[in-house]
Amino acid sequence: MGRPTRLRENAVALYTLVDKEYTRIVRIWIQTLVPPAITMTLYFVIFGSLIGRRIGQMDGFGYMQYIAPGLIMMSVITNAYGNVVSSFFGAKFARHIEEMLVSPMPASLVLLGHVSGGVIRGLLVGALVTLIALFFTDLRPVHPFVTVSVVFLTAVVFSLAGLINAVFARKFDDISIVPTFVLTPLTYLGGVFYSITLLPDFWQKVSLANPILYMVNAFRYGILGKSDITIGHAYGIIFVFVIGLYLFALILLRRGTGIRE
Amino acid sequence: MGSGGGRPGVPMRALQIRNLSKTYANGVQALKGIDLNVEEGEFCALLGPNGAGKTTAIGILTSLINKTGGSVEVFGHDIDTDLTMAKSCLGLVPQEINLNLFDKVLNIVVTQAGYYGIPRRIALERAERYLTQLQLWDRRESVARALSGGMKRRLMIARALIHEPRLLILDEPTAGVDIEIRRSMWVFLRRINAEGTTIILTTHYLEEAENLCRQVAIIDGGMIIENDRMSNVLRKLSVETFVLNLEHGVASLPEVPGYVVRSVDATTVEVDVDSQRGINDLFTVLTQHGIRVVSMRNKANRLEELFMRLVENKMVAAGGGA
Repeated sequence: MGRPTRLRENAVALYTLVDKEYTRIVRIWIQTLVPPAITMTLYFVIFGSLIGRRIGQMDGFGYMQYIAPGLIMMSVITNAYGNVVSSFFGAKFARHIEEMLVSPMPASLVLLGHVSGGVIRGLLVGALVTLIALFFTDLRPVHPFVTVSVVFLTAVVFSLAGLINAVFARKFDDISIVPTFVLTPLTYLGGVFYSITLLPDFWQKVSLANPILYMVNAFRYGILGKSDITIGHAYGIIFVFVIGLYLFALILLRRGTGIRE
Repeated sequence: MGSGGGRPGVPMRALQIRNLSKTYANGVQALKGIDLNVEEGEFCALLGPNGAGKTTAIGILTSLINKTGGSVEVFGHDIDTDLTMAKSCLGLVPQEINLNLFDKVLNIVVTQAGYYGIPRRIALERAERYLTQLQLWDRRESVARALSGGMKRRLMIARALIHEPRLLILDEPTAGVDIEIRRSMWVFLRRINAEGTTIILTTHYLEEAENLCRQVAIIDGGMIIENDRMSNVLRKLSVETFVLNLEHGVASLPEVPGYVVRSVDATTVEVDVDSQRGINDLFTVLTQHGIRVVSMRNKANRLEELFMRLVENKMVAAGGGA
């Protein structure tokens, strides 16, 4: 079989998987799109509007405006991760993942297709939350390229992480442990609601070990032009995670870890 | 996709397994170095008791299970060095239902075609053909969970055929399916085999294997204990038992030289018949004694009888049976 034929077939296979993931997101929109919209509206009302008024300025911005980028990023992270972990583990649990495993689709396409699904949902929810945020505050990206690239790369990072979680998961509990005990605390401590300059030196240094801090700050830099972290450093960390998690996930899929006997 | 090695029009070996072994992480040795050849166009039964290694072997062929040792070639494509092409030649109907139960029937088969790189337009044409042939076209918009057990099994067959594989592997496709649907599936499988698809079938219904298959391989304890033409295998069965229904009850049965005759009840007898001897002499003697036989049937499926003997012999040889 010729290389052009194989490329065309791989393109069809990838499109099929991405289309399936997108259709799933849209078909169950009440589970995928509505909850983050409601949750973030509550965050904006309670933290931004009610409590935020009493907090005053943060890094020279109104509190609502300061937390908006972090809340958008939080929803992107949670949804990109949640989409891939539930879709991949669901397919594994119900065994229809075998449809892909018996087909000639290479592992790299299985990975790319699922990550695309996570990125699509992350960005859809991110756009939705941004729209909601605009009812409460003014958001005009100071650095549009940084804004778009950081949100995209962050969605990729957490889609990859979600897939790795799903690969190792054996029961439904295993796919909720990481979001509950790792992802949520790291997000809350990742500078969504405050600048780390408010923390004592020791906790500032501890915070620097949290990768989400770099993503939230890079995104805030894109929108407000203000960050606790230098933007080059943030990109460096994000790329390290993209490449590291991609390679790890690819090795797992090629070896069949968690999906083949 | 779906192409394979070999010259066009020249039959080749659909499957070649050499010294295939599998030891699971828990130490269970599921396959102990099996060899099996299946020629192109063949209809092969892979039989064995539960836990014999059938599903492990199929899992390795379809790359759902990693092998421990040995080699597998599908239409000349080694699964170690040319897995993509080997997979293109294979279609699998697994033992367990593995459908996305929330997806629609048509979507399931068209999506599967997409994974094989088949454009949607062609996939839709094929989906209509196979779903119609398997009596599922009217249910194409139903979600899979709304289908009956038999329909789900037929849907898995349609899904496995959507990329038109040269080798179709069916792992107990008729388990739990009623007789009418089972028979219609037999007709369908015979047709696609006649059209050129090589088929490997595992089943616990030995009547099914005897009806459909020309080659039979029996696997037990991770080893192939029989592999031959179905006709040759059945010929090895030297004695068959027939059940005769008599018109009237008889007080005592006559001695019939060369036959073992047993009374089951007043109007039913069982007779062990040597396959070399035939049954004409039996009827002659019965007629001489004024005994009229109104009907006759095999006591057991022939293949079943042979299968049980082979498995029992192996247990005795291993010291595990009486």
